[in-house]
Amino acid sequence: MDWGSIFRNGGQAAFGPVAIYTALAAIGLNIQFGYTGLLNFGQAAFAAAGAYGIAVSVTTYGLSFWTGVAIALFASIMLAIVLGVPTLRLRADYLAIVTIAAAEIVRLIVRSVRYTATLGGTDGLQGFTDRFYEISPLHGNEYGFWFIKYSRDDTWISIVGWILVALCCLVTFLLIRSPWGRIVKAIREDEDAVRSLGKNTYWYKMQSLMLGGVFGAFSGIVFALSKHSVNPDDYATKFTFTALAVLILGGTARVIGPVIGAIIFTGALQAVDVFTREAIRVGYLPSWLIDDSKVAIVRLIFVGLVIVLLMIFRPQGILGDRREALIRDR
Amino acid sequence: MYSPRSVGANGRRVATFVALLVASLALSVVSAMAQSTAPSTSSSDASSSTSSASSSGSSSSSSSDEESGTEVHGKLTDSKGTSDSKDDTPLVGVRIKVVDSSGKEVGSDETKDDGSFRISLPGEGSYTATLDTSSLPKGIKVDPATATRAFTVNPDQSRTLLFPVNIAARSTTGTLDQFLQALVDGTNLGLIIAMCAVGLSLIYGTTGLVNFAHGELVTLGAILAYYLNSSFGWHLIAAAIGAVFLTAAFGWLLDAGFWGPLRRRGTGNIALMVISIGVALSAVNLYLYIFGGLTKPYSDYHAQRAWEIGSIDLAPKKFASTVISLVVLIVVATALQRTRTGKAMRAISDNPDLAASSGINVDSVIRLVWLFGAGLAALGGILFSISQDVNFEEGSSILLLLFAAITLGGLGAAYGALAGGFVIGLFVNVSTVWIPTELKNVGALVVLILVLLVRPQGILGHAERVG
Repeated sequence: MDWGSIFRNGGQAAFGPVAIYTALAAIGLNIQFGYTGLLNFGQAAFAAAGAYGIAVSVTTYGLSFWTGVAIALFASIMLAIVLGVPTLRLRADYLAIVTIAAAEIVRLIVRSVRYTATLGGTDGLQGFTDRFYEISPLHGNEYGFWFIKYSRDDTWISIVGWILVALCCLVTFLLIRSPWGRIVKAIREDEDAVRSLGKNTYWYKMQSLMLGGVFGAFSGIVFALSKHSVNPDDYATKFTFTALAVLILGGTARVIGPVIGAIIFTGALQAVDVFTREAIRVGYLPSWLIDDSKVAIVRLIFVGLVIVLLMIFRPQGILGDRREALIRDR
Repeated sequence: MYSPRSVGANGRRVATFVALLVASLALSVVSAMAQSTAPSTSSSDASSSTSSASSSGSSSSSSSDEESGTEVHGKLTDSKGTSDSKDDTPLVGVRIKVVDSSGKEVGSDETKDDGSFRISLPGEGSYTATLDTSSLPKGIKVDPATATRAFTVNPDQSRTLLFPVNIAARSTTGTLDQFLQALVDGTNLGLIIAMCAVGLSLIYGTTGLVNFAHGELVTLGAILAYYLNSSFGWHLIAAAIGAVFLTAAFGWLLDAGFWGPLRRRGTGNIALMVISIGVALSAVNLYLYIFGGLTKPYSDYHAQRAWEIGSIDLAPKKFASTVISLVVLIVVATALQRTRTGKAMRAISDNPDLAASSGINVDSVIRLVWLFGAGLAALGGILFSISQDVNFEEGSSILLLLFAAITLGGLGAAYGALAGGFVIGLFVNVSTVWIPTELKNVGALVVLILVLLVRPQGILGHAERVG
């Protein structure tokens, strides 16, 4: 049993790109779900809009990297409008249904044979990250702190990623303290009351959906850059549900909740993952029960259980306030 | 709540709906008959790409040693997109070339009159075979991506190489023929969707839970039937009945042991929805863990020769599944309309508090809703798998269609789910006449969004101001 490897891998994951893009997706969900009470079960679609926005602009159409970023953000806002217009006037469940369906549809479209020339099909797209890694000031081979080490590219994306996470948290913090934040929180608590005060709740909800979507797009961009590629099946429902688990674990309606959740959850998941593989290797777990190919599956069963158990026994997560986390019925 | 007046209105609705069902089925059969008198020359080429996918056996290695020596062999035929081998025609004079790993050509052959080719190789190792697409007969296409295949052979192995032929070529068949085929397939799918959606809609109506894990009940039925069928050796019909009962019992347990206690504890609907997401994620991966990622067929009725009614291919099993689902849905609709329990279910759907105060035991009725909903979902899953085979994520892939169906019909409206399911199934299949099959579910989302824009309460839901 190589305990060093377990801790090293766990630690690397907890502060590496995976934790960053999960945190960004969860910060977006926090705006929508935690503060406004919108049930976006299709955060994967927003991440895909971001990732494909940049990959398609740069690889397929040969535009510059920064134009790609702009297009990615624009795409996520458009997606929010398309999903929001029909559903935000309706009961909360409708948004949930439409977003979960839309995420699957986006994935079907980007992996379709019909649009392979533009969107890359099941092989995805590569070769859009050169510009991003060119501007990196880092030239060594390995960076890190304590026992955690990253390659040069991972270090660069992690630095940019954590700055992005910090900025998103700052934006969230400032917005939630503002009158805008008080209104969206009031919408979560009692939409009719807010409407009776003359506020256009529909438009506030739309803004919240867009903002969360933009954070989701950032998450997709970081994901694509760290992987050096986009692949349709990375944006399946498990992406959304992992972000949801992270958000609930960290605590909804807390600025720093998603970040804490992402660090703990990603680190723990990776450590358990490596632990399981080690246990299989040294023979603690019998091979009829589990083998290497099944570790990833067990991991997702575990994510699902975390969502269920947290929602039942501790809906406020680690940091949250129970009064804010018990989402009311409408 | 229900008053005599509204029951009457619902009675008219259900009558209209049943009439619609019967009429559309009759229409499709009649048009099929009409088509069968027409000369069937137009049906001689590839039809829908779902059926042609069956001929796309991408790789198979067998060591049938008729002659000794290391070689590859195979046969190129145009299967016309059908699984029926009677109408297959061999492709003659197609050049196939084999190069070794260093790029040196080691052998080539042209297909003979029966479409077969045989290339001997110098020995074991990895090779690349290339089909010369320019030597193909007119009208036959091989996707360039699949025309080149890498393979390895063992010493003295006679390996079979398959090239998928005409997978992309789909439409020399007329649009009308495709449309009729889609109508028949759509009727089948629509009835299955309706069957799965009834439970989802009733559960929503009676408990307020949007159950994202409902698709997993569909898969559970299909998988249980698979195990009873292949591992226990039961005939599929017995296995199906067994699986439906087991899943229904599981649905009852699920409410008694999980959702019921949560409800009584006062957990909000939105929290319940998030919980159901977690349940769905765990369940689908549990199926993957146990059942594996492969698509497996039931051992009965597996490769069944389709009836050719005019230009339409209809496998008897598909016809049977359509009839079974139609009968079951009529029974369900009648039961909801006539029986005490059915009326109670609709009453709770309408207004739980009023139903409770008029003496209905809400909890026990909800438990029955779970029982019947799960049973129907399982039956739907089994009928779906009879034509599409069993897969661990069939339920989650059908979930979008279920939601489109109950939204179209009106969330919580029992008959709405029936009507919505039928319309969605039909629409999704008919849309493949114009859009690629792989994108057919996109149509369901478009319907979903349009319905929410124009008539958010659905076809049969109550108009109410929401949000």
